[in-house]
Amino acid sequence: MPVSKIDREKRAKCLAGTGVTKVFGVGNARNVAVDHVDFDFREGEIISIVGESGSGKTTLSKMILGLISVTEGEIEYQGKPRDIKSHAKKKEYWKGIQAIFQDPFSSYNMFNKIDSVLLDCINMRGGRSLPKAEKEAMMTEACSFVNLKYAELTNKYPFELSGGQMQRLMIARIFLLKPKILLADEPTSMIDACSRATILDMLLKLRDEINMTIIFITHDIGLAYYVSDMVYIMEQGKFVEVGTADEVILNPKADYTKRLISDVPKIHEEWDLSTV
Amino acid sequence: MKNQLKQVFHSPRFVIGFVIFVFMLGMAVLYPLLVPGDPLEMVASSSYPPGTYISLADTLESKQYGLDLDITATRLNKLISQEDKDAMVLWLTKYRGIAEEDIPVEDSVEMVHFWNEHYDPEVEQKGLTNAKRQYYRRLASRMATILETKDIIIATKNPETGALEESNTISFNTYTNVKDIASRRNFVLGTDNFGRDVLKELTHAVGTSLKMGLLAGVIATLIGLTLGLLSGYLGGLVDDIIMFVTNLFTVIPSFVLIILISFSVSQSARGVMLVGVIIGLTSWTWTTRSVRSQVISLRNRDHVNLSKLSGHSLPRIIVQDILPYIASYVVMALILQISSAILAEAQLSMLGLGPSTTKVATLGLMMNWAMTAQAPLAGRWWAFLPIILSIALITFSLNLMNTGLDQVFNPQLRD
Amino acid sequence: MGKIMLDVKDLKTKYVTRFHESVYAVDGVSLQIEEGKSLGIAGESGCGKSTLALSLMGYYFAPLHYMSGSITVDGMNISDMTPDQVRKNVLGNEIAYIPQAAMNALNPTQKIIRFIEDVLHAHDTKLNKKEIYDLARERFEILGLPASVLDRHAVELSGGMKQRTVIAISTILSPKVLIADEPSSALDVTSQKMVIKMMRELMEKGFIRSMIFITHELPLLYNVTDDIMVMYAGQIVEKGSAKEMVFDSLHPYTNGLMGSIIVPESGTRDVKLTAIPGTPPNLKRPPAGCRFAERCRYATAECKGMAIEMKDAGAGRTYRCRMSEAELREVYARE
Repeated sequence: MPVSKIDREKRAKCLAGTGVTKVFGVGNARNVAVDHVDFDFREGEIISIVGESGSGKTTLSKMILGLISVTEGEIEYQGKPRDIKSHAKKKEYWKGIQAIFQDPFSSYNMFNKIDSVLLDCINMRGGRSLPKAEKEAMMTEACSFVNLKYAELTNKYPFELSGGQMQRLMIARIFLLKPKILLADEPTSMIDACSRATILDMLLKLRDEINMTIIFITHDIGLAYYVSDMVYIMEQGKFVEVGTADEVILNPKADYTKRLISDVPKIHEEWDLSTV
Repeated sequence: MKNQLKQVFHSPRFVIGFVIFVFMLGMAVLYPLLVPGDPLEMVASSSYPPGTYISLADTLESKQYGLDLDITATRLNKLISQEDKDAMVLWLTKYRGIAEEDIPVEDSVEMVHFWNEHYDPEVEQKGLTNAKRQYYRRLASRMATILETKDIIIATKNPETGALEESNTISFNTYTNVKDIASRRNFVLGTDNFGRDVLKELTHAVGTSLKMGLLAGVIATLIGLTLGLLSGYLGGLVDDIIMFVTNLFTVIPSFVLIILISFSVSQSARGVMLVGVIIGLTSWTWTTRSVRSQVISLRNRDHVNLSKLSGHSLPRIIVQDILPYIASYVVMALILQISSAILAEAQLSMLGLGPSTTKVATLGLMMNWAMTAQAPLAGRWWAFLPIILSIALITFSLNLMNTGLDQVFNPQLRD
Repeated sequence: MGKIMLDVKDLKTKYVTRFHESVYAVDGVSLQIEEGKSLGIAGESGCGKSTLALSLMGYYFAPLHYMSGSITVDGMNISDMTPDQVRKNVLGNEIAYIPQAAMNALNPTQKIIRFIEDVLHAHDTKLNKKEIYDLARERFEILGLPASVLDRHAVELSGGMKQRTVIAISTILSPKVLIADEPSSALDVTSQKMVIKMMRELMEKGFIRSMIFITHELPLLYNVTDDIMVMYAGQIVEKGSAKEMVFDSLHPYTNGLMGSIIVPESGTRDVKLTAIPGTPPNLKRPPAGCRFAERCRYATAECKGMAIEMKDAGAGRTYRCRMSEAELREVYARE
């Protein structure tokens, strides 16, 4: 049972944006990737941002992460304007927001062992001076959270795992870091349907157990419907429809949303191929 | 990593290159140890072909052996060249009117007798230059005594009377054992125009050139790597500035630049290592460009983004998350830089703009010396062919190692 | 019953790694496709789906090696042909193959029409340039691709357009069997739908006479193919009509796969997804008994000990499990 109805107004503001814009290039090469979008993410919500490739969702996610600058607009973090001007401030911000990316194979430094990936997270949370046994206990707990066995992973390299396992290890990393916000950028698009279900369930578990806010970015509206409370539909840098998952998917208003839904194969309803 | 090292040695190209390289390196390191001494010592008075040289005076003092061997035939074959024979036949047919088939060309002894019988300098020799006439006269006098097997008397001067006294007689069948002669020297590759042992000089030069190449390669790679990493990772203005400078250096042919810099450095200051530094300082551009493009594609990889999100500092991200990925590539670039630096030094030295020194030899300097002494024209192959071969082998082995590494590290070329 | 287009009997192929280890990726697969029918192959990554697709072409090159079994395309046995014969006589006109990254196979320096000329010349066509161009334009127009694509370069086309172009090129000779290995997985949903529509059209217009469609997206298979075959660890574990497989699966593995279907329909949010724990076995040393036993919720000691043969459940339905049809249904009903 994924999501209960949430009384949104009661929840604390977590991340909000007004007029967030990103422009690449100047003059003729000027390209507005994200065009004055507003958003309001509350604590403990799972928010999906759905759009096709090129709709600007990845650019938006990088702005939210603070990996690229915002051309125009304000981002508020926990009710206050976000300040990530210095490296120290950024470091502080990144303690509160973390990410899982699309391609598990490029998400790991292949020269580092799995242990060092996890140890790094413990160190980042200020656990550098903990005794070794305690660190290992933490890593074991994180691995078991994602149904992996730490004993089997220790001294291995990430590329010795399958794509699904690597992505689960990413979630173990998030489990150790315990950020306020998790940005998951198409975490399931490179792995098969079976592992996908596992990953999605783990994201739900993260939310339920740690009260994490999860921003889930996807092109598959079916996945968005399964996991999220709020759905933001993005087309060419703009949000064309925003609402709760049930509102948006079961009763879409925007043509773009309707098209996205009709493009996904169904099993109980007829899939109309004539619309393309 | 260990596995990759194993794979490197599974690549036949790398192994062949490595073996050749180790051979050259071993020669440069071991030969001076086995045969100590100044490599640039002038031991001969001129350029002599390869061979074992023994002291003629020593042969007189050494133990004598009597061997009964037919020496005329072997001696004649050695002393009468085909050229001489052809000249003799030509003279005999032209001025004596003897048919060619009557001349016993095959048998050298017969031939000499035949010549001594028929040659007459008084015969009218039309159409023969004076020099040629002289040549035939000399030839004739040589032929006249060539078959004589007289004993040779060694005489010493009496210091008091000034008269010559017979001290030793060397008969025709007196031999000495080469081992008995104390003063002998084997010049495997002969001596150069300054009378220096080419092999010794060459092993020394290979070592110096490799050192110089390594210095130039390391300098070029370090500059290229640093600039490439910075411009690729930081992007923006830094990238623009670095790429502007790089493009400037790329547009000016680096060899012209090397020539100009070398030319402007005073003769006395232009040592081997300085030339290495000059080559290194001018050849970093393409390392910069290729490192930059590699870094740009790595910069957008998710593991770098994650490393940033983990709050790691810029140096740490560059060292831990970027460098390992391009390390193999940089090693390959270094290998190529070394080989091109060795070539560049050789080219510079050929133009006379290389290291200005007579204290050490480099491959380029040896080529230069051979060229100024006109060794190629004089047919003294030993003064330049071994050097060309050494340069070729070193660069060939380095390039072979490079392609071998490429096969291992570049998955697209892996079979 | 229609004419059999592709008949595969007990096909076994393996990979040989650079360390001379054998990986038995396809281990005794038998299947038949009738004219006008399509077959979907589903399974996790690492189950041998893609290797089966490669093996079915009969075109073997290292590291893939043929071991045993027969492949018959419309009455012609291709399993004992040399790779050269296969390339000349089978690929393109009998069997067409579209891999996942097919769209990256277009040489960026050539116009699209050149690839079509290539395909036709490789099969000794007598057509001249003009005739080829007309044929291509006609085919493209029927398939809903603008004819202007023929004069463009690959870089000028979008991902979905490239993929559809490649499919049109590879079916230009109207092959008897089209093998499509994840043709739409790298595309976004709209392009995916276009690709699917085009493949349906190929079947309807008779440009291909049968089709094998490989993907891990079950809703897609359900909408595209007549039958679905599920592969696990190099073997077929269940085969049946698409509807039966999705709504009434027998084998525990199929059942597990169906539990991971996500579609944007009301009600899906309330269903808990059931993922299968664990990973597929290493095919260097396939398990002796039931290959799925390690991950099966219903496995007993008996399962691990004995090799399971395919069982017939009637009406073209087969499955590979120790339990009988009735037993399986009972187990599922109890949950």
